Amino acid sequence: MIEKVGNRKHCYKKITERRLFMPLVCLFIVLLANVIKTPDFFKVSINNGVLYGYTIDILNRGSELIILSIGMTLVTAASGGQDISVGAVMAVAAAVCCQILSGGAVTTNTFENPLIIAILAAFTVSILCGMFNGFLVARLHIQPMVATLILYTAGRGIAQLITKGQITYIRVDNYKILGGYIGSCPVPTPIFAAIMTVIIVFLVIKNTALGLYIECVGINGSASRLVGLNSAMLKFLTYIICSLLAGVAGIVASSRIYSADANNIGLNLEMDAILAVALGGNILSGGKFSLAGSVIGAITIQALTTTLYAMKVSADQLPVYKAIVVIVIVILQSPIFKKYAAGLVSKRAAEGIEGAN
Amino acid sequence: MKNRRLKKGINSSTFLLMITIILFFTMYIAGMIIYSDNGFAKPQMFLNLLISNAGLIVIGCGMTLVMITGGIDISVGSVTALVCMSAAYVMENKGCNIYVAVAISIVLGGVFGIVQGYLIAYLDIQPFIVTLAGMFFGRGMTAVISTDMISIKNELFLKWANCKIYLPFGSVNRKGVYQQAYIYPTVIIALAIVIILSFALKYTKFGRRLYAIGGNQQSALMMGLNIRKTKMQAYILNGFLTGIGGFLFCLNSCAGFVEQAKGMEMDGISAAVIGGTLLSGGVGTVIGTLFGVLIKGTISCLITTQGTLSSWWVRIVLSALLCFFIVLQSVLSSSKKKNSR
Repeated sequence: MIEKVGNRKHCYKKITERRLFMPLVCLFIVLLANVIKTPDFFKVSINNGVLYGYTIDILNRGSELIILSIGMTLVTAASGGQDISVGAVMAVAAAVCCQILSGGAVTTNTFENPLIIAILAAFTVSILCGMFNGFLVARLHIQPMVATLILYTAGRGIAQLITKGQITYIRVDNYKILGGYIGSCPVPTPIFAAIMTVIIVFLVIKNTALGLYIECVGINGSASRLVGLNSAMLKFLTYIICSLLAGVAGIVASSRIYSADANNIGLNLEMDAILAVALGGNILSGGKFSLAGSVIGAITIQALTTTLYAMKVSADQLPVYKAIVVIVIVILQSPIFKKYAAGLVSKRAAEGIEGAN
Repeated sequence: MKNRRLKKGINSSTFLLMITIILFFTMYIAGMIIYSDNGFAKPQMFLNLLISNAGLIVIGCGMTLVMITGGIDISVGSVTALVCMSAAYVMENKGCNIYVAVAISIVLGGVFGIVQGYLIAYLDIQPFIVTLAGMFFGRGMTAVISTDMISIKNELFLKWANCKIYLPFGSVNRKGVYQQAYIYPTVIIALAIVIILSFALKYTKFGRRLYAIGGNQQSALMMGLNIRKTKMQAYILNGFLTGIGGFLFCLNSCAGFVEQAKGMEMDGISAAVIGGTLLSGGVGTVIGTLFGVLIKGTISCLITTQGTLSSWWVRIVLSALLCFFIVLQSVLSSSKKKNSR
């Protein structure tokens, strides 16, 4: 009998200690709340040849967030800090891309320059942003958030300067593909973009030692330097990857609205990305990471956002709820709270033994 | 002998402060020479710097305290917006008088300080994460109160806001009329806070505890200092100062709206850093922060006087300056490490 209870407890512990357990529970709770509120939440129909439904909408709208959260996971794991400039980098990348496509005009109906050049230029600029952040963090040892705070405030200003303070419109159907649909394919393109990014990063991390190195640097930077890893270079690299992914997200976001709106592209997304990383079970002070967790976290956040919008919460008020969620997660993650909770559990166990005696 | 004394006198923090003061005067004198027809040379121009940045001075002082302990607070901009909005809301929509508004402002700042301080000091959560959440929370709550702009028409408030205190000097304007220089009461409050804090930091136990904790947490702990309590106190004081600063900001803007004081956290941090406060903690003065704020004011003044540049340049120049000072700090501290080896 006792063995059976112990066995069951062991099994229970095995499930709850899985890294993806908490993120999946969170996602499940959010989805459950949605199903109760709107019974046809999972219904997917085809209207005008495209898939249509809440779930598709969440995946579609959340694809930028998924892309960002992957970069944020790597940065968090390697440097123990977050990159809060991702939203601004998105705006800069979008501004560069649109400005090159329109050839400097405010609105255009044809590409002035080839699309590929514009996208490559946008990627280059976002890599430059990443190099700037990475240099400050890895070489000059500045706390990651202070270093990225510089671009966080200056980035949108730079984007405004690039677009000359206006919203650049690209009214070309080819440009809308990335944020819309490819031909008659019923699945929105941003979902493909997100899946592609996840697969590429995942393959790189699994097939090379990069993931292991990043975890090493995050857990103990000086020890990994003594082992022979170039920890500064690795940190630098994660910031470049993060900004490059922010650039990808920026182009997707700008293609969605076929324009470069320097003030609103990626607004408040840095918070969502950090939240996704935290919800995914990654510890915000660095170390081990799980990309799958972050992706699930990102989908959860987007589902939460959509739910809140459905409950008629305005976009300005959303951060209140997200801030509360962040605080709850970091409190649950904090070692002191864990010790306190463990103390409670062992106390109860001790009481149980005493009661049995 | 003399050389050694000189070396002792100029350590890295005073060196940074000296650079800041020199930079401020160079910029101001350059402005006076280039834009002398626009009234840059008048004493009122300098006083205007203080008038328009009174709130920022107080907030920068709070930021300095927190940064001396090695922490940071990026929620100040949002708290300022929340304070302005709540003050405007209770006065305009609820018909409360101005004293209630003042009390609410200070209490709001204090509550933010207590909650964030508790999370940072007693639960060991990174200050950046906590205050980032605080930043979004504050901005969101501002939108919850009202998404429209509320301009304040309370008589007593406007009387306070427009109460000019004339000084015994002045200048002659273009038409040849003598104009006396004036300041607002906000400037006096801000300067009083700067003076009180700089004394408190230097001569009280609390101030020395702050420096000790920021300098080396481990040795401060071994000395028997209560680190958690001191950190908490620093954040609470910072919260109250943000509340006061927010109200001073409100007296200057006379309105509450969601986008208000956006990027103010950046202004506060850069003022402190430019004024010689180290990001790693343990070093910093309130007087330095005052000069940091004045530099920020001069930059925005120069750019608006220039006329053709967009207002975004203020942010960009300030960020570049912050970046420069951070790099300087890092270079100085690394050279110090080499010397000590």
